[in-house]
Amino acid sequence: MMLGNCATSSSLSTTSDEDIVNNNLTALVVDDSPMIRKLHDMHLKKFGLKVQVAENGKNAIDLFRCGASFNLILMDKEMPIMDGAEATRELRTMGVTSMIVGVTSLDSIFDRQAFMEAGLDHCFTKPLTTENINFLLQELNKNNEEN
Amino acid sequence: MESSHLRQQIAAMRQSFFDEEILDGQFCQLERLENRGNPNFVEEVLTMYFRDSTTLLQTVEQEIETDTIDLAKVDMMLHKFKGSSASIGANKVRNNITKTRQLLEEGNLEGAKLAFRELRMEHDNLRAKLEPYFQQQLRQVGPVETATRPKGSDHA
Repeated sequence: MMLGNCATSSSLSTTSDEDIVNNNLTALVVDDSPMIRKLHDMHLKKFGLKVQVAENGKNAIDLFRCGASFNLILMDKEMPIMDGAEATRELRTMGVTSMIVGVTSLDSIFDRQAFMEAGLDHCFTKPLTTENINFLLQELNKNNEEN
Repeated sequence: MESSHLRQQIAAMRQSFFDEEILDGQFCQLERLENRGNPNFVEEVLTMYFRDSTTLLQTVEQEIETDTIDLAKVDMMLHKFKGSSASIGANKVRNNITKTRQLLEEGNLEGAKLAFRELRMEHDNLRAKLEPYFQQQLRQVGPVETATRPKGSDHA
């Protein structure tokens, strides 16, 4: 999987004895909160994924337009410039087939449903947990086996 | 002996956070993300959290004290704050955010202002408890001493 050359922000995975061996999966964390980006970045790296981060939906789309691709995208909903729903719709229109997962604090079932209908594969309520990531990795491995 | 006492102190402080329901299990998940490559990860995340939350609370306070409150703006800020608080396991802060938002949605402004003051108190309480906890952890690590070879003890 190619990572974008013109990423606006990037995070290279570091290895340590306690990290799980790289599983060749790549992920993009899209969230306007630096703290959440840091958290989700570390969560995913713990599971051996190579991670990049983006501050909003537009930056995420720019990465794809520069040739980047990712197995998994964690997408926040409420972001400035371009929100998660709009970015998801745009990515699907562009033909992006990555697993796109909403990670949001949205309470309302209707808001979450609308976010799903933008093209998400799954939607989780914050906080993101190791159980969520385990589930996503299983889904990703299933998809890989089917292809 | 002293380090054992310090360890017990730190463990007791940590346990009290859960007993008092100030923190929940998400904090444990946060701690598990720390490793040798990122030994200060939890502290770094919390520093970011409190930096953002302090500004946000000031902004919300100014907004709700005005005559013409921008409810959508306040709700959006509290919504974001709820997400970040949940992500670090700040249980009581998160619950107070939910309460404040609910009262605002119901149009109960006075109730919301009261709830916001409680929220502010819980947030300040959380910070006041976590700061000495991390200071104690630093004490446990202690200064790093470098070994020096005694004079006249060169070996081939």
